[in-house]
Amino acid sequence: MNARDVVVIDGVRTAFGRAGEKGYFWHTRADDMVVKVIRELLRRNPKVLPEMVEENVWGATSQEGDQGLTLGRTSALLAGLPASCAGFSVDRMCAGGLTAITTAASEIALGACDIAIAGGVEHMGHHPLGANASPNPRFLTERLVSEDALVMGKTAENLHDEYPEITKEMCDQYSLLSQMKTARAYQQGKIQKMIVPMTVYSKEGWIVADRDQQPRPETTMEGLAGLKTPFRIQGMVTPGNSSGLNDGAAGIILMSADKAAEIGVVPRLRLKGYAYSGVKPEIMGYGPVPATRKALKNTGLTIDDIGAIELNEAFAVQCVVFMKEFGLKFPDDERLNPLGGAISFGHPLASSGARLVMHLMNTFSERPDLRFGMTSLCVGLGQGATAIWENIGSK
Amino acid sequence: MAEPITIFYTQFYDSPVGKIAILTMDNGQDYKKPNTFSDGSMVSLSEALDRLAAESGIKGLMLTGQPYIFAAGADLTAVPFISTFEQGYAVGKGGHTAMKRIMDLGYPTLAAINGAAIGGGLEISLYCKYRTIARSVPAIAFPECFLGLVPGWGGCTLTTKLIGPQKALQLIIYNALSQNKMIGGKEAFELGLADRLYEGAEFLDESLSFLMSIISGETVVERAPVETGEISGLISKAKAFVDARVHGAAPAPYRALKLIEGACSWDVEQGFEEENKALGDLIKTRQCKSSIYAFDLVNRHAKRPRGVPDTKPRPIGKVGVVGAGLMASQLAHLFIHRLGLPVVMKDVKQEFVDKGVAYVRGQFAQRAQKGKISESRAKYLGGLVHGTLDSADFADCDFVIEAVFEEMAIKKKVFAEVESAVKADAILATNTSSLCVTEMASELKNPERVVGFHFFNPVAIMPLVEVIKAEKTSDLSLATAFDLAKKLKKTALLVKDSPGFLVNRLLVRNLCDCIAMVDQGADFQQVDEALLELGLPMAPFGLLDMVGLPVAFHVNETLNHSFGSERFPLSQNFRKLIEAGQTRIYTQGKTGIVDPAVEKLWVKEKNKTFYPEQIREIAINSLARETDLILKEKIVEGAKEVDLAMITGAGWPFFMGGLTMYLDLAGITPKLLQKVFFGS
Repeated sequence: MNARDVVVIDGVRTAFGRAGEKGYFWHTRADDMVVKVIRELLRRNPKVLPEMVEENVWGATSQEGDQGLTLGRTSALLAGLPASCAGFSVDRMCAGGLTAITTAASEIALGACDIAIAGGVEHMGHHPLGANASPNPRFLTERLVSEDALVMGKTAENLHDEYPEITKEMCDQYSLLSQMKTARAYQQGKIQKMIVPMTVYSKEGWIVADRDQQPRPETTMEGLAGLKTPFRIQGMVTPGNSSGLNDGAAGIILMSADKAAEIGVVPRLRLKGYAYSGVKPEIMGYGPVPATRKALKNTGLTIDDIGAIELNEAFAVQCVVFMKEFGLKFPDDERLNPLGGAISFGHPLASSGARLVMHLMNTFSERPDLRFGMTSLCVGLGQGATAIWENIGSK
Repeated sequence: MAEPITIFYTQFYDSPVGKIAILTMDNGQDYKKPNTFSDGSMVSLSEALDRLAAESGIKGLMLTGQPYIFAAGADLTAVPFISTFEQGYAVGKGGHTAMKRIMDLGYPTLAAINGAAIGGGLEISLYCKYRTIARSVPAIAFPECFLGLVPGWGGCTLTTKLIGPQKALQLIIYNALSQNKMIGGKEAFELGLADRLYEGAEFLDESLSFLMSIISGETVVERAPVETGEISGLISKAKAFVDARVHGAAPAPYRALKLIEGACSWDVEQGFEEENKALGDLIKTRQCKSSIYAFDLVNRHAKRPRGVPDTKPRPIGKVGVVGAGLMASQLAHLFIHRLGLPVVMKDVKQEFVDKGVAYVRGQFAQRAQKGKISESRAKYLGGLVHGTLDSADFADCDFVIEAVFEEMAIKKKVFAEVESAVKADAILATNTSSLCVTEMASELKNPERVVGFHFFNPVAIMPLVEVIKAEKTSDLSLATAFDLAKKLKKTALLVKDSPGFLVNRLLVRNLCDCIAMVDQGADFQQVDEALLELGLPMAPFGLLDMVGLPVAFHVNETLNHSFGSERFPLSQNFRKLIEAGQTRIYTQGKTGIVDPAVEKLWVKEKNKTFYPEQIREIAINSLARETDLILKEKIVEGAKEVDLAMITGAGWPFFMGGLTMYLDLAGITPKLLQKVFFGS
């Protein structure tokens, strides 16, 4: 079988809320958030008729409760897609959404289907990371991993140990820039376009969740410097230079390039290639480095060919390591996260992959001079995920 | 006792078209305890409207409910305490005043009906300029006339002005008096109650978008002009319907007719004033109080029957039915329909068996034809019934119910045969309508397994099952019977093993009076008409025809043997009809025309003249005395059970509150017995 070209035509997400009782979505089900995204994608793309959608693939780290029961199937039914639409769920923690996208893309590439919806959701208020997991005791008794490997903040501290030249101040500086870039993007109305407002129930009446709850445009270096380091005494990782706990859902529409031409929709991105790679769980934030090298090798490109990089900001230190390894300009390389990243927007685990693709689409539409871009994430328990995309609108 | 208070919460949304107020009605409970409006809610509404008045720059308002519920109407727990016109008038005025402020807001207002909207819940939506409704909404209704009230918080006036008198009559009169029929979101939209119909999935989002497009001017809502039509014709047709339902015995629906007719010419203010007066007149009536009492009986009291043993019921995996006649076939169908259990049906002749099996399968085939179930499901369900001539086929049944001819000797023989075939712990039930269950069980090896399980015809419609505890009935058998009734979605009532049990004893006592009056000179029709005016669902002789003369005569005989001829006389004329093979009083298909054969056979003993009041007095006094005896004999736990049984087993109306509430409030019990039944 020959691989077919796979393109992305659109993406949309809910606002990202704060996890917990003060978050927008405390009384809203994760599957309803997915349904909202699916229906909005179809509303924005009327040429994609519901009966054309053949696969509905969703990433979710926790696959129980309102994220359980094969979310990809239940959400298709709840969204009113016809019974003929298949669906399934995947999990690769923070890269669950990107994995849903590359898996759906692979199906399309091999001709298994023509049109798919893929994305990710995480309601971390309802499903705190690892809450109902039961790690095998062998991990610790046989010292397969250190205790630190299961606490993401500690792995970020470990990464600092590996790169002693990366200081806390550098990470704070990076984080401040992320907040500033997000504030500017909001001012320019770029983020609002990607968010579908959702009316959500609260005990004080229905409210409309139409913008992210986490961004702090008022952030200063002084403020960041004063934050506690919960993961280590005299540590470097603070709530200010990490991504936070959030609720959100994000999804995109993928199809074969031929199908896009046939139904007359404008393709935005073409999937050039992708790669996943494992690293030691204790330094999971290093994951994007080997994954990106592998993806570049697979596609025959070099980092210099990549004009736009959407790197998930689980922790600032992990981004600074990436910049250092690939020779990006610190603190601000114009190619990297031009709209800010997870430090400002928040990181509802599996939904971040689809958000990165949407941000890349935005950059590509503004920059027809760019030909290639990438989306990359680090993954808990030590993995990296990178997908490389071609700007179909490039000149 | 009062319901949790529904609060009106305000939130403001800075939408792309400006500030939108979102008003949420929420009592803090889940959807099982829906929003209702009490005085406290009206205060909360006023406070919310004060907050809106204080906020500048509002471009529009969306009113909605908590998840799955819009609002279920007024909190009725205060009704029993209202005894004057002024109090009732104030209830109307208070609601109008609070809700009218929504109407007077100077910007677009939208009621987003996201769930059940009943009575006052539906009324508040009518004060908004626009309405959206979710396709998934299960219940839209004005149940007021069913409860002795009228939709008096704007319902009669605003509904008529919005969708015209014909559709208003449909909602307020026809639906309410047809077992309180509720309509769904789609039907409500088609009726014109809402401007847009949206899917449940994104209902509030789409409603907000609709409101925003109205605010921006992008959408201009157009409604078909209201057709007033030939109003007097519509009203007289509706009045004929009301007459047929309540025979003039309940004032509320007649008052609603006047309000709907008036709304076609009055302005809103005058309509509201007339509604206030109507509530002033109606809330204090016996019919309203009885209705609220009956509503509570059926919806609350019936869910927790008294006298259920604290024993874990036995699981039932397969059911046997002895007999394949109409009653037996209805039972077989019910067990399969409600429980999905395999049923073995036995009779003495193959043709009877075939007929019974065909009936059950036909019922499922009909449901498939109506599109309620799939063809394949109908085939599967129909396949669950198995007909037989051999009792041995009951071997693996856990519960066997007999519905054979009402004769003790036959019933005993049937039970003996079944007992020898079934498992040691299988339960045997009898659907007898009057025979002694203890005697029926007396010759069995295990009489403790026998329980009475008496359904009412038609089985699919009448909710009541009289559960009879015989002398030796075990707690396990009794608990299983109650559990089974609940799973069959029936209202189970514990009744003492006594001739005619409860409902038939009262109905036959009444029948004996009616027959005696005809013997003494009254006409069949005259008796029927006089008693219908009490508000009974069926006239006594009409009911007799439905049951069939032989069956009724049999029960009459049983009661006569047990209680004597003073209360349960056996009319010689009635006996003559039976001996002549007559099965009906009236000519088939022609109500009110006595069969010539009956006219010929029936020889009146006297030629006394009867007046309607007199007929009613004789009948009602007997019912009061019989009820008194029933309560003294502890046939059921108390007066509430008598009322629940008459409502659910005989279809007696809510506005009579069953029977004892009527006897008390109409002054019969106090006059005749110098007491009240209430509380006994």
